[in-house]
Amino acid sequence: MTLLALEEITVRFGDRAVVDAVDLDVAEHEVVCVLGPSGSGKSTLLRVIAGLQAPDGGRVRLGGADQAAVPAHRRGVGLMFQDHQLFPHRDVGGNVAFGLRIRGARRAAYEPRVAELLELVGLPGAQRRAVASLSGGEQQRVALARALAPEPRLLMLDEPLGQLDRGLRERLAVELRALFSRLGTTVLAVTHDQAEAFALADRVVVMRDGRIAQAGSPLEVWQRPASEFVARFLGFDNVVPATVAGTTATTPWGPVPVPAGSPQGAHQVLVRPAGVLLGDPATGAGSGLDCVVAARTFRGTHVTLTLEPRTGPVLEAECDLAGAPAAGDRVTARFAPAEVVVLPAP
Amino acid sequence: MAVPLAFFGLFFALPVAAIVGRGLRTDAGWRWGRIGEVLTRPDIADVLWFTTWQALVSTALTLLIALPGAYAFARLDFRGRHLLRAVVTVPFVLPTVVVGSAFLALVGRGGLLDELWGVRLDTTVWAILLAHVFFNYAVVVRTVGGLWAQLDPRQEEAARVLGAGRFAAWRRVTLPALGPAVAAASLMVFLFTFSSFGVVQILGGPSYATLEVEVYRQTAQLLDLQTAAVLTLVQFAAVGAILGVHAWAVRRRETALKLVDPARTARPPRGVGQRTLLGGVLLTVALLIVLPLGVLVERSFDAPGGYGWDFYRALGDARATGTFLVAPLEAIGNSLRYAGAATAIALVVGGLAAAALARRGGPFTRGFDALLMLPLGVSAVTVGFGFLITLDEPPLDLRTSWILVPLAQALVGVPFVVRTMLPVLRAVDDRLREAAAVLGASPWRAWREVDLPLVRRAVLIAAGFAFAVSLGEFGATVFIARPDRPTLPVAVARLLGRAGELNYGQAMALSTILMLVCAVSLLVLERLRSDKTSGEF
Amino acid sequence: MSTTKKLAGGVLAAALGVTALTACGGGDAEDKDAASGSGQSRTVTLVSHDSFNVTDSVLKEFEKTSGYTVKVLKSGDAGAALNAEILTKGHPRGDVFFGVDNTMLSRALDNGLFTPYEAKGLAGVKDEVQLDKAQHRVTPVDSGDICVNYDKAYFADKKIAPPQTLDDLVKPEYKNLLVTENAATSSPGLGFLLATVGKYGDEGWKDYWSKLKANGVEVVDGWEQAYNERFSGSAGGKKAKGDRPLVVSYASSPPVEVIYGEPQPAEAPTGVATGTCFRQVEFAGLLKGAPNEEGGKALIDFLVSKKFQEDMPLQMFVNPVLKDAQLPEAFTKHGVVVEKPENVAPEAIAENREQWVKAWTSLVVK
Repeated sequence: MTLLALEEITVRFGDRAVVDAVDLDVAEHEVVCVLGPSGSGKSTLLRVIAGLQAPDGGRVRLGGADQAAVPAHRRGVGLMFQDHQLFPHRDVGGNVAFGLRIRGARRAAYEPRVAELLELVGLPGAQRRAVASLSGGEQQRVALARALAPEPRLLMLDEPLGQLDRGLRERLAVELRALFSRLGTTVLAVTHDQAEAFALADRVVVMRDGRIAQAGSPLEVWQRPASEFVARFLGFDNVVPATVAGTTATTPWGPVPVPAGSPQGAHQVLVRPAGVLLGDPATGAGSGLDCVVAARTFRGTHVTLTLEPRTGPVLEAECDLAGAPAAGDRVTARFAPAEVVVLPAP
Repeated sequence: MAVPLAFFGLFFALPVAAIVGRGLRTDAGWRWGRIGEVLTRPDIADVLWFTTWQALVSTALTLLIALPGAYAFARLDFRGRHLLRAVVTVPFVLPTVVVGSAFLALVGRGGLLDELWGVRLDTTVWAILLAHVFFNYAVVVRTVGGLWAQLDPRQEEAARVLGAGRFAAWRRVTLPALGPAVAAASLMVFLFTFSSFGVVQILGGPSYATLEVEVYRQTAQLLDLQTAAVLTLVQFAAVGAILGVHAWAVRRRETALKLVDPARTARPPRGVGQRTLLGGVLLTVALLIVLPLGVLVERSFDAPGGYGWDFYRALGDARATGTFLVAPLEAIGNSLRYAGAATAIALVVGGLAAAALARRGGPFTRGFDALLMLPLGVSAVTVGFGFLITLDEPPLDLRTSWILVPLAQALVGVPFVVRTMLPVLRAVDDRLREAAAVLGASPWRAWREVDLPLVRRAVLIAAGFAFAVSLGEFGATVFIARPDRPTLPVAVARLLGRAGELNYGQAMALSTILMLVCAVSLLVLERLRSDKTSGEF
Repeated sequence: MSTTKKLAGGVLAAALGVTALTACGGGDAEDKDAASGSGQSRTVTLVSHDSFNVTDSVLKEFEKTSGYTVKVLKSGDAGAALNAEILTKGHPRGDVFFGVDNTMLSRALDNGLFTPYEAKGLAGVKDEVQLDKAQHRVTPVDSGDICVNYDKAYFADKKIAPPQTLDDLVKPEYKNLLVTENAATSSPGLGFLLATVGKYGDEGWKDYWSKLKANGVEVVDGWEQAYNERFSGSAGGKKAKGDRPLVVSYASSPPVEVIYGEPQPAEAPTGVATGTCFRQVEFAGLLKGAPNEEGGKALIDFLVSKKFQEDMPLQMFVNPVLKDAQLPEAFTKHGVVVEKPENVAPEAIAENREQWVKAWTSLVVK
């Protein structure tokens, strides 16, 4: 069942539309992540849903009811701010209990709940600690516990893991995902970090300049970026203009095979780095695009290579650690059709 | 917004407009011509000129002398700091009649300056200016020092790391941040000195007169409402002009500040510079404030048979109390009740106004901001008489009600509350309020749960001011008809208005008690803040 | 303590009273007046200035015998209190106003503030203070003399006789000895000016003041400063090192110095120059539009009753106007009787007051 429905939401700051006719549905128990670079209007979108920002056009429905006349404090949604905005004058327990107290809960009722929530976010017994004494990760957890405490029907997270270091971020993302599925919380998160989005979300919505560029499951979006923007935002830079005819596209790199059934004519193609297959020119094993390895970057389990092809723009490739060529080596590059995506022309 | 607007409309704008209307409107219509007639009178022009320049000079002098004090009280940790901060506020509550006489012990004939260097300042303008510093020292120390104590010293440290000298760092980092508070304090000092009444009369002698004195004479004694109305309009114009300058100066400065726990910013003085500064501040306070107050205390114990409690005992004595409808000691209770009610009204009205002003911008808001300050610059007799002719119909026939006294006192208290709270409220991050809203708090609840705790210190400072102001308020208290329940200042004035050693001694004893009540109330208020709250504030 | 409680109860009652009035005042004005005519008629309100005082038991006795409850409202000094009444004319805050004196009487009468009423017992009141005898719009209640006081010790030390008349004050032996109050802002200051006007006439007073100025008269703003700061004969003045042995004060000041001496001296430390006096007479009147006219009349009767008249001297330090009222011992022993005070007709004061004060200010102060 649809919990949140946005219809043609538009927000203008001056004559610039920061949110431009956005339609979005979030089903109950679904975790949706809005992904976009900074300035794409995603935080504004959250503020509109929370009732902190009046839209210039469109409608917000929660559980089917139009929220136009409902003030922020009656919408029953939770929002975790990017920089947490913990109340500096209250301790950890006071922050977490805030929403419960506002709803008239007595101390006896909310204290066990606060303890439970702090345990849930991994900070058991932190009730009396001062907010100022918390590390960034701990503040994050307190903010999360505070947002969860009143059991909002929709929990919104603004860059939930934004300020954390990488290891903590990855671990928390997994924890959060588990937590949300356990609690059955409906979540709408916004982030500029694709890894975070993919780790958290059932569904990803990519935004660009206030509009939705693509929506779908993480896998769909990852595998089939809908546009050059999405592709590049996901970190894929092997995008070139192409003319598709049958299963072959003509590109600055020469012919590139494309999956069967691809749209024909003038387009762009994306070659995912994993689809760039390297060969040794000396062995002559198969023809390919002659390249020089310009740079080599370790990525832990694999290596990313920056190739300078004989023709066409720089090409990125991925290969195993074992037998990876060194900078300055000459290689040939071929393309695996399964990793090639035809994108609409710019 | 509606409550403060209604309050000011009803208890200030309407009464003042009515009294001005009485003066300038006849059956034949408005007589604006009177304005020109009155203003071209040379004696009025003299009064206007004197009023304005002495207020400007007094304000500058007060800032000069009190800013180091604000720093010392905010940033230097020394023994007796809290007590001394309460003490410097005491002049504020004492009736000018009492303090004026004590001040003469400093600058008058046979006073300290006279004995040391043969310098006599009474009946000179210097006595007036110094007394204004004496009265308003606390305004600067409390408003500026309050914010100063909450400024993060690390910002100044950051500037020094970047190569700025000590003074340059102060000038470029701290001073701009303090700007709004300094401007607010200057504004209040100006308004107070502009409408100075008792100080000018007692210390300046009959040859110096301010607009306030003139308005009083024209209204209360001569009932020349036309002249009084014109002078009131002149007061408005002058105060309005100053408010304009102030608004212009402040608008460019008010920014969100990162505030920190004041307890963490104060450090024991280090180095020759800080010690010298602290020494200078303490000497100034001792000479300018403690000495005159000390003279009062001394006189209250100076009984004919040697020093003793005679006059205090007399306060409970049948012979003395026989002349009063109530015992002088009961005046303490009356004072506290009135001041308490006035403080409550001022806090509610001022708090709401400050909250509204902090959230909205625009010319309307600025206009309202200015309106709130006007009562400080308008004669008590104007407002008092205005009450009489406007609040005379049910459901608001308050003319004989005791509530008028705290209402009138609150009019003076509200500007303090607004001025003290506004800079802090504006410094509160709006998203904290949003966080509260998303967690289910209505705007009112969010204000109570977020703004209020964060501005609690400012509120307490403001409450202290409002309390002190109403505790010592005399002008309006005396004008407004009230069933006979004299406040301390009224009782002191009554005692001083009679011959006889016992009356004089009791007046001194009651003044000393008034000082004590004030100092203790302020200390208690300061203590309130260090209760169980944890975190930054 | 119990008084405190009673007082607090009084505050509450007063507040509730206002609320009650407010609550039933929703109808038109006539309804309200009718209601207060019957329902509220047990309370009678006296409006006065801050100096009004009466012994509690004396007031209680009146309340008991008359059946009225008296509410006293005080607002400001005599001038302010009267002007407040003028501003609220026809819709007064109380029933009786007490405290208009002969320097302001004309203003009150010209404004038609009072309903004529001839008080019971007026026959016993001294004739010379009955300034509105024809119409009885106001009733005289007390009189007091504004006179130069002198410091007995000073003149004994110097072995010179203290001055007795206005003419004495301009003599060289009294040079730099007198302090007086600003006639523009202080009631005794004005009284002293009027004494000189009464003595030397509309033009002659200016010459007199020129001489007085040449003889070193000092002008301060108020009585408190003159008496408690500058005058060498008062307790405050001694502490403040006051060095003026002559001050413009009241004829009642010496007895007050005795009564409030600590311990009480056998003899007053100060004396009165009886040839320098101006007589102030204070009146009461029934306010037009008084909600409780009957009660107001009873209250005015009370003000000229022997009980109140004999209580007054020690409460307000003024003289009774009732011929057979006994003065307290302190007054008869330490006070003086001023036989021939200077006088100026209320109409003349009303007409010339502002002009005199202006002329005086430019002559003496500036």
